[in-house]
Amino acid sequence: MIRYAALGLLALLFLTALSSNWIAPAPYERQFRTETNGAPSAKFPLGTDHLGRDRLSRLLYGTRVSLLLAPAAAAISLVIALLAGGSAALAGGWWDRIVTAASNLFLSLPWLFLFLTVRSVLPLNTAPSTSILITFGLMGLLGWGAGARVIRAAVLQIRDAPFTLYAHAFGCPPARLWFRHLLPHLRTVLLAQFWISVPAFILGEASLGLLGLGVAEPMPSWGNLLKELQSAPEWREYWVFAPIALLSLVMILFQLSRPMKHELKGRTA
Amino acid sequence: MRWRGVIAVLVCVPLLSAGELRFALHHEPKTLNPMAASEDAAETLRYLTRGVLIRVNRLTQELEPELAQSWKVSADNKAITFQLREGISFSDGTPFTAADVAASVQQMLNPALRSPVADTFTIGGVAPKVAVEAPHTVTFAFGAPVAGMERLFDELAIVSAQSPVKDKASLGPFVLDSYKPGVEVLLKRNPRYWKKDGAGARLPYLDAVRLPIQANREIELNRFRAGELDLMNSIDPESYERLAREMPGAVHDGGPSTDVEFLWFNLAPASPVPQYKKDWFQSAAFRHGISQAINREDLSRVVYRGHARPALGPVSPANKFWFNTKLAAQKFDPAGALKLLESAGFQKKAGVLVDRAGHPVEFSVITNAGNKSRERMAALIQQDLQGLGIKLNIVTLDFHSLLDRLTRSSDYEACLFGLTNVAADPNEMMNVLLSSGRQHAWNPSQKAPATAWEAEIDALLKAQSVSASKSKRKELFDRVQELMRREEPYLYLVNRNSLSAISPQVKGAQPAAFYPQTFWNVERLSVK
Amino acid sequence: MPRKKAVAALLRFATGAAVTLLIAGFFGAALIRLGPGYETDERTLDARYSDATTGAIGRENAKDSNVLTFYGRYLTQAVRGNFGISRTYEIPVSELIRSRAGVTLRLIGEGLGLGWILGLSLAGAATFFRWRLLTLSAEAFSALALSLPAAVFALLLFLARGPVFLVLAMAVFPRVFRYAHDLFEQARREPRIEAARARGVREWNIFRDYVVKPSWPPLLALAGVSFSIAFGALIPVEVVCDIPGIGQLAWKAALGRDLPVLVTLTLMVAAITVAVNGLAGWLGDPRDEREGLAQ
Repeated sequence: MIRYAALGLLALLFLTALSSNWIAPAPYERQFRTETNGAPSAKFPLGTDHLGRDRLSRLLYGTRVSLLLAPAAAAISLVIALLAGGSAALAGGWWDRIVTAASNLFLSLPWLFLFLTVRSVLPLNTAPSTSILITFGLMGLLGWGAGARVIRAAVLQIRDAPFTLYAHAFGCPPARLWFRHLLPHLRTVLLAQFWISVPAFILGEASLGLLGLGVAEPMPSWGNLLKELQSAPEWREYWVFAPIALLSLVMILFQLSRPMKHELKGRTA
Repeated sequence: MRWRGVIAVLVCVPLLSAGELRFALHHEPKTLNPMAASEDAAETLRYLTRGVLIRVNRLTQELEPELAQSWKVSADNKAITFQLREGISFSDGTPFTAADVAASVQQMLNPALRSPVADTFTIGGVAPKVAVEAPHTVTFAFGAPVAGMERLFDELAIVSAQSPVKDKASLGPFVLDSYKPGVEVLLKRNPRYWKKDGAGARLPYLDAVRLPIQANREIELNRFRAGELDLMNSIDPESYERLAREMPGAVHDGGPSTDVEFLWFNLAPASPVPQYKKDWFQSAAFRHGISQAINREDLSRVVYRGHARPALGPVSPANKFWFNTKLAAQKFDPAGALKLLESAGFQKKAGVLVDRAGHPVEFSVITNAGNKSRERMAALIQQDLQGLGIKLNIVTLDFHSLLDRLTRSSDYEACLFGLTNVAADPNEMMNVLLSSGRQHAWNPSQKAPATAWEAEIDALLKAQSVSASKSKRKELFDRVQELMRREEPYLYLVNRNSLSAISPQVKGAQPAAFYPQTFWNVERLSVK
Repeated sequence: MPRKKAVAALLRFATGAAVTLLIAGFFGAALIRLGPGYETDERTLDARYSDATTGAIGRENAKDSNVLTFYGRYLTQAVRGNFGISRTYEIPVSELIRSRAGVTLRLIGEGLGLGWILGLSLAGAATFFRWRLLTLSAEAFSALALSLPAAVFALLLFLARGPVFLVLAMAVFPRVFRYAHDLFEQARREPRIEAARARGVREWNIFRDYVVKPSWPPLLALAGVSFSIAFGALIPVEVVCDIPGIGQLAWKAALGRDLPVLVTLTLMVAAITVAVNGLAGWLGDPRDEREGLAQ
């Protein structure tokens, strides 16, 4: 019941974000310069920011950017992690050692400089939408290291399980083995990795924004909305905390909407 | 008799022991060597612990004798002779003589130190010659005439030639007591400081100055509110407003500071900007049109919460002597701006401004990421230009990437930047205003002036740099400001106000617009 | 025989680790050196400097222009314990790191410790007691911890005079909790649990021997990853709270393009990651080498 309620709320949020063009009270970049730092009112339900822009509109648009791109980046990193970690566990030997070393490398290198280099190479007049796609894409391509280790360990566990041996013995082709027998067992781990990566990428975009690598003005994203909190707003300006409240709510809903464990039971044989 | 002495001491002790002043350094000092100081923290330490021959009074901007009792500039403006104060000693007791001045200059000129002060003393590529004529008489001879040379000595720290503790011996009001990297610097009162107040009491009043190292401004603000810090320099408008609500007596808006924010277009011929865009930027009508479309009042009001005013030129009104009061303000007139652009061949079609060849007017502006005020100004300007049908792309870059584009690759179209602690004297602005200057940002290091007006500015600057008459220099520099205003290679945006916070416990503070603002008269400050 | 296998395995590990470190250092140096802004110096913005001086400063900054020669020189000096001089602080890198390591080690130790203890305890309690409310609350708390930006959390904690290592704990806890809980739940559903129950084994023993014990090996895989996460969260914490540790050093070095410091830190992080992951892998790997050693 809870799961369906959570899914329903999430779907509602998604739809609201996608239709921000129609339901937002004002364009996200419109500056009401005589009404800056305003408290919530009938005209501005969440108040206005330091440039007089409607916070609710920016939150809706920002949700669209972050809710679409962060999961996409998480999916990219997950696919790479699955291929790398899974193949390393199954193949063993040299390939396992290479993948392990590569994942250690990817966890240790200062990737910040790659982002800076990419930014310097991109034309200055690149559209904000293009540059944010590139940023999230890069984060996805570089963020597989942690997931690969965890997936490798999980695959190692089921590699020598009886059902896998039976499948081999009965001549099950590798693709069928993967999709029919192994992946279902990995579903929990994969979903866990995915849900953990989504906020990590959103917050990663916020950190990159501090170096000018995030979303360009005037486009809002949860990242640059969250940046406002770094100037320690006072608690009486509670509306400033709306983006973080929304992010937390979405993450909690994601967790609550995960498939129940008993649905996986049928796949163990 | 004895009791009277005891009572006198008991009465005087509270007056003599006037507390510890605490304010934050925003980063580690890179060096404790006063000669090598080139950044804020090191220069603060130099200001607090070192003596100078002449000091510029930060309030009146007039020259005051310090270690030099008097001085005489030669008729050809190439030499200056100082008569030093006698009977003064360093903090360790070593007597102060002219030999110390000579030794200080030697140290300063050491190329390994990369002292910025050394470069200001090297006139015409020639290092100054220092002659010790008597124990308390010293003469500096420069390679070429220097107008206003006295101001240079405000930055020359005097160290001892003979002291057994070398650099540690100080002539300033305070001495370095301890430095805990990452934590704080502690300075203690120099018991042998030469200055006395009007009543004959030896200065400084303070026992110590404690300088915690605090980069985070939010935490610094919090510590000030908690009473852990006594001063805050250059606070941002939001912090100012917050403090003004809570501690109205503690905040000071000192009017315009010397800081100036501006926007410019890349006019360097060798830049990789497409030619059609270079043609736009070269057109004065284009630059004036953009300038007229920017609402500077909004920039001051929205970004700086009213604690700024529209800027008119390279010098802010805080610089009372050099500021040209006759400069006309740039009016905000979008309709007029469009007319100007139309006169230059641009046309607004379907809400988009296009040039003669049909290119839609779109360009990028780079600025440094993390600087909230600049990012916000860029967003406001973006909206202003949208009204003209111009698409402005804002690109925030980290500082080194920005510098790379500005100083090495010249790969940018427009830049929004600013200058802080702008020097008082035009001679210190040569690198920025001369066409051959490295910091002549819109087209740096030119072999020959690219335009007639830049050639005129060069000639005026060179003339004022050697003129012996201050009024003549003023006249020449006023004309420079007029030309800058007329041609607008820099679209000057705002001069922000000098905002500071001083705890009510601090007595004697007279915050000034020039660095170091709140503690320029530190020897006369006391804390209850 | 097992001893020979152990030595061979150790040699293989050491060689692999050394190669990984060499590559990490080289790629790190390349990324930094070839990134934009390496040769710039903010002193060039000081109007007092002459062209001659700024030219000299530029040439000084460009002296490590070839990554290969720099790296070769760096390695030759590093084996003698000399990791170069910091461009930002102008003191030996080893001295810089030594003076800051204590602060950081303590922060990471406290943060990781609390994160793992909290994660494992909550996961265990949720599995053992099977109280829906507890599970939901723990999941909600985990989701909240994931959503908090480290920099904001650190600042709020610092201003409230709370312990800032909580930020690192909150960064690590969601992963540990999530993964441990999933592993425990999966183990709990194994058929042998029912068999053990039928045999009369006590619930606590079932939990300890059939749920927790088999989950350790894959849990250990998280150890190295959690170190990387903690180090990642460390940087905003130290920067925002002005803590003079390794994280703050890394940030300032990145902003200042301080090549010697950054390469040294990259090597350190890589070394710790390799070591922790290697140890975790050795302890948790159900492979022959491990079994061979156990004989």
